[in-house]
Amino acid sequence: MTAPAAPAAPAAPPVLLRVRDLKTYFVTEHGKGTARAVDDVSFDLFPGETLGIVGESGCGKTVTSLSILRLVPEPPGHVLPGSLIEFEGRNLLALSAPELRAVRGNQIAMIFQEPMTSLNPVFTVGDQIAEAAIIHQHLSRRAARARAIEMLRLVGIPDPDERVDDYPHQLSGGMRQRVMIAMALICHPKVLIADEPTTALDVTIQAQILELLDRLQHELGMAVLLITHDLGVVAGHADRVVVMYAGRVVETATTDALFEQPTHPYTEGLLAAVPRIDARRARLHAIPGQVPAATAWPPGCRFHPRCPYAWEKCVAEEPPLLDAGDGAGHAARCWLVTEPERRVPKR
Amino acid sequence: MTGSAWLLRRLAASLAIIFAVVTFIFILIHLAPGKPCSENLEPRICDLLTHQFGLDQPLAVQYGRYLVELAHGNLGMSFSLRRPVLDALVETVPFTLQLAGAALALDFLLGLGLGIYQAVRVNRLPDVALGNATLFVYSLPTFWLAPILLLIFGEKLRWFPVGGASDPIFCPAVTSLFCVADRLWHLVLPATTLGVVGAAGTARFQRAAMLEVANQDYVRTARAKGVPERQIVLRHQLRNALLSFITRFGLAFPFLLTGAVLVETVFAWPGMGRLAFNAILTRDYPLVTASALIASTVVVAGNLLADILLGVADPRLRVQAAAEADIATA
Repeated sequence: MTAPAAPAAPAAPPVLLRVRDLKTYFVTEHGKGTARAVDDVSFDLFPGETLGIVGESGCGKTVTSLSILRLVPEPPGHVLPGSLIEFEGRNLLALSAPELRAVRGNQIAMIFQEPMTSLNPVFTVGDQIAEAAIIHQHLSRRAARARAIEMLRLVGIPDPDERVDDYPHQLSGGMRQRVMIAMALICHPKVLIADEPTTALDVTIQAQILELLDRLQHELGMAVLLITHDLGVVAGHADRVVVMYAGRVVETATTDALFEQPTHPYTEGLLAAVPRIDARRARLHAIPGQVPAATAWPPGCRFHPRCPYAWEKCVAEEPPLLDAGDGAGHAARCWLVTEPERRVPKR
Repeated sequence: MTGSAWLLRRLAASLAIIFAVVTFIFILIHLAPGKPCSENLEPRICDLLTHQFGLDQPLAVQYGRYLVELAHGNLGMSFSLRRPVLDALVETVPFTLQLAGAALALDFLLGLGLGIYQAVRVNRLPDVALGNATLFVYSLPTFWLAPILLLIFGEKLRWFPVGGASDPIFCPAVTSLFCVADRLWHLVLPATTLGVVGAAGTARFQRAAMLEVANQDYVRTARAKGVPERQIVLRHQLRNALLSFITRFGLAFPFLLTGAVLVETVFAWPGMGRLAFNAILTRDYPLVTASALIASTVVVAGNLLADILLGVADPRLRVQAAAEADIATA
């Protein structure tokens, strides 16, 4: 098991969001198969920290983030019994609909990948930002509007008094993502889930949005769950990292430990695939193959068909998350932890 | 104002369309075989009348005369009714507007309500039951439905009158509140016939529009904000689904007018549809073109109304139209 201890703090802070054995499955169209999109995922989020969840498309990171606020469309999706998503000691999966709504957007907020389509085209951005404050804090429309303008100023939108009456299509992509952030943060949530918040944006805008998130995190003291496929984003902004592959957590570590000593071959592959300015390589490394279909994960270690080190044991038996031994809760789901001498590439 | 510039341009375009329709109908009805004279009329008298009404002139001359008269507000003399076309229309058009208006209201209010209700209860029993019911009603042909309703509710049950727009003895004109009720009572069967099939179609359309919107990212965003499901449907989904609804509304007018011809005939409703139908049979050229003028005006006005409503409902179009008008006036 992972038990990620808080890094060398004298008294470990209480866990804010505890995810245990999360299983989110989808019934496929013809009812023939079950896509095990998220399969036994566990991690902890501590107050004020940024936890990165990294992985390729199809590894289950977005479904994990949607499962937390129970935003996975049901059907076809469902979170299996036995899963636990505990926020401040309450299991979100056991809440009634009104109780859950009181958490959504109020204590746990979420921003999405596509700022173009995630805003409602027929309402002004001011109305959309104010909505959560009206629902959760029971503000009057006038007071909520004032709060919305304040939030627009906070996220760095110029002329917030005028922009508040703009419609989403009148704003650029970066501005829309700022609006999404303002909308998510208006109730000062304790957790912000950011699902690929910069993927749809230009590189220069990406940096601005990430800096903005960092600044707001410090000002408002919230915890951020940062879902991304971009290890560069993780390196600059996350305290700890969970690497996901094929619906499973395959490695978890502090960001520093992960970059210094990647243990799972998948993490290794991801790191090798990032272009670096200080190392001249003729070609970028690519992990061979693709993430297999979620309806038919490979037996044994789910990464073995793409792994350069795999041997018989990897096909026969799936490794548990094993302590990688450098303290600070570094763990990897790989037999190499027990047999490090086998880390010799076959090709 | 850029908005009024846009409206002016649209009005000009609408007039051009109406003009084109009237021209087209004028040419078509004159080219159609047959003559305004009835068959048992003596050929000598027919020739006399033909000359008297100027129908022996070349088509271009007739068209030119028609336009001059039209510009003076004169729609001509009806051959078959032997009275000014304008008088006949003034008498009948209000009845058709009443009928079509009531049918339109039924179509869209009932259809909208049912569609939204089904979307809220999607795939549950009420939705499935209504889905089958609306499909059944939608597949009923009006020419069958009209006499059946007449037979059941007019003839057998005697709940509603079998024809006409008012009671000819007590209420030849609307003189009291009782007569208003009498008019409405007469309106029920024809308006239902004309509106209910459309309502079924509208319900199916609206349900689909609501569900299409339900999968949009911004609906998920609203849910993530903690917006209650009811508000998600009635605020976030409905406002977006209304956009396609308004487009459908604009397209409904031609069907209402063509449907009115049949319904007015079956229910002896003293409207324009019946008038126009008879005018075509008797080759009553002035009356046919005048009816086409009225019908195309209603259709074009309906579309214009839909465009204006769409501009109100969709902020993206509002700004785009303003920008277009800016370019046009620059």
